[in-house]
Amino acid sequence: MAAVRTSSEIGFNRVAIVAVLLVTIIFLAPIYWIASTAFKPRNLATTIPPTVVFQPEISPFVKLFTKRSQLRSAPTPEEYAAAPWWERVVFDGGEKIVRDGKGQVQWSGYPSRFMNSLIVAITSTVLAVGMGTFTAYGFSRFKVKGEADLLFFILSTRMLPPVVVAIPMFLMYRAVGLNDTHWGLIILYTAFNLSFSVWLMKGFMDEIPKEYEEAALVDGYTRMEAFFKIVLPEAATGIAATAVFCFITAWNEYAFALIMTNRRAQTAPPFIPSQVGSGLPDWTVIAAGTFLFLLPVAIFTFLLRNHLLRGMSFGAIRK
Amino acid sequence: MATAVMTTLDPNSRSAARGMSDLTIRNLFIIPTIVFLIVFNIFPLLYSLGYSFTDFRASSPAPANFVGLQNYRELLNDPFIWSNFAITAKYVIVSVVGQVIVGFGVALLLNRDIPLKGLLTTLLLLPMMLSMAVVGLFWKLLYDPSWGVINYALGLGNFEWLSNPDMALYAVAITDIWMWSPFVMLLSLAGLSAVPKHLYEAAAIDRAGSFYTFFRITLPLVAPILMIAIIFRTMEAFKTFDLAYILTSQPTTEVISIRLYKMAFQEWQTGRSCALAYIVLIMVLAITNIYVKYLNKVKER
Repeated sequence: MAAVRTSSEIGFNRVAIVAVLLVTIIFLAPIYWIASTAFKPRNLATTIPPTVVFQPEISPFVKLFTKRSQLRSAPTPEEYAAAPWWERVVFDGGEKIVRDGKGQVQWSGYPSRFMNSLIVAITSTVLAVGMGTFTAYGFSRFKVKGEADLLFFILSTRMLPPVVVAIPMFLMYRAVGLNDTHWGLIILYTAFNLSFSVWLMKGFMDEIPKEYEEAALVDGYTRMEAFFKIVLPEAATGIAATAVFCFITAWNEYAFALIMTNRRAQTAPPFIPSQVGSGLPDWTVIAAGTFLFLLPVAIFTFLLRNHLLRGMSFGAIRK
Repeated sequence: MATAVMTTLDPNSRSAARGMSDLTIRNLFIIPTIVFLIVFNIFPLLYSLGYSFTDFRASSPAPANFVGLQNYRELLNDPFIWSNFAITAKYVIVSVVGQVIVGFGVALLLNRDIPLKGLLTTLLLLPMMLSMAVVGLFWKLLYDPSWGVINYALGLGNFEWLSNPDMALYAVAITDIWMWSPFVMLLSLAGLSAVPKHLYEAAAIDRAGSFYTFFRITLPLVAPILMIAIIFRTMEAFKTFDLAYILTSQPTTEVISIRLYKMAFQEWQTGRSCALAYIVLIMVLAITNIYVKYLNKVKER
């Protein structure tokens, strides 16, 4: 294309650039709307016309983390003056923070759900990537009878619809008491991510020249030493990319979490929608919860940008 | 399957004098994963296969009675289940066609020298990385008839999206298109950038029109990768649960996964739902099979 460039082509290029910018703005608008609603006072979240320019507030985040109740009467000036700044923003919204008998602030359900999400996502990622790396090496370096069938079997477990797997798992978990526990979810997410991790890691392993280990073997390393000292460091980038993908999948998962947990081990994805009951939800609080929940994924997406193609195609397309 | 791995002797394995033999290492590395997947994926499926021939209800202490193929017979003759499949098919078509048009279109636009191309591409990819359930929930506010930004931006007044039975499925599909067009775009971009430049140069020298160039050079060369994107998204759209479940509760958006979920965990028709799960499973495995064939085909290139 570069060789012959007519003026109409250059003109089309300009149009294309403008179109790309427009598309980017449209695609990012919902995400921007979540982020901006998370910093709005409640009365500006649902206005016509929509509020775009406003004084950002931290109150949605204070409300997100605390249990609140309606104020029956406005706080006295003394009460107001004695309250810390984060309590005042709640007073301003016509609510007060609930405290127990000892005056301790009562937390909302959000922080514990966020912690559950972290525990489940991190543990299952470590397990899936750990096992996946070994298995990928096995498939990459050794002859395995029926390799293609085994790999298909591994991938097909990933494609099972969550609800299909959840029915028997629910019954089995109920029998052994794993419902609503961290381990229950961790096992499911590990199984779900393991197949992905094997496929992706196999691609990375295939790229590491066999000669590296063979040289090490000649030098007197055992196969195990060669794997840990030569192959693993070479595969570090691939392991990191795989881990981030597994983390994001586990972090975002909804259906298993909805079915297998209800309180103790509930993760953020089923919890956040459960806040929208009947009546008028406080969208600023939901946006604040959503914003905090999406933040790690957004950061990871930028770190992962050069591996997205590979990850999303199960390692089939490497660029 | 695991035994097959264990008993196969590798002719090339040099049985190292020191440390473990290659064969031991291979089995040590591969077998745990296979066993883990069998225990936590295959065994549960066998378990539910058993239940699919019974009238078991997980909510009642009554023991399961063997009913043979009755669940399957009833399900396949149930017009309501077929309407759930029809809704799913409609959703798959609308959503995948939308994703291909938007995703491939944006990829064509992006496939040129653009300032900040890398940054723009990454930003465009953001929606597909986010949680469908959590972000989908927020689309409820965007679709709100009174104060939703969408109605305001498009000047639609108080247009009902999610509470309108005729519109709800399209609204869910639009959100899905927003989330997953980036996926089609990502794969298309890879395909487009792999088209050898000299083909375009040759076409330009022959004074081929851009229409001809697109249909005779670009499209055929991108087709295999585009096929991967289409099959994968078809499979995912067929399984869809999160978005439709969160956004609406219309009967017109009850895709098959939602029906299955309700049958299993709200109506507690456990035996029957296991049978339905198997019908769905067979369909998904059929698509997976096609998908893997394409993956391997593209890999070999």
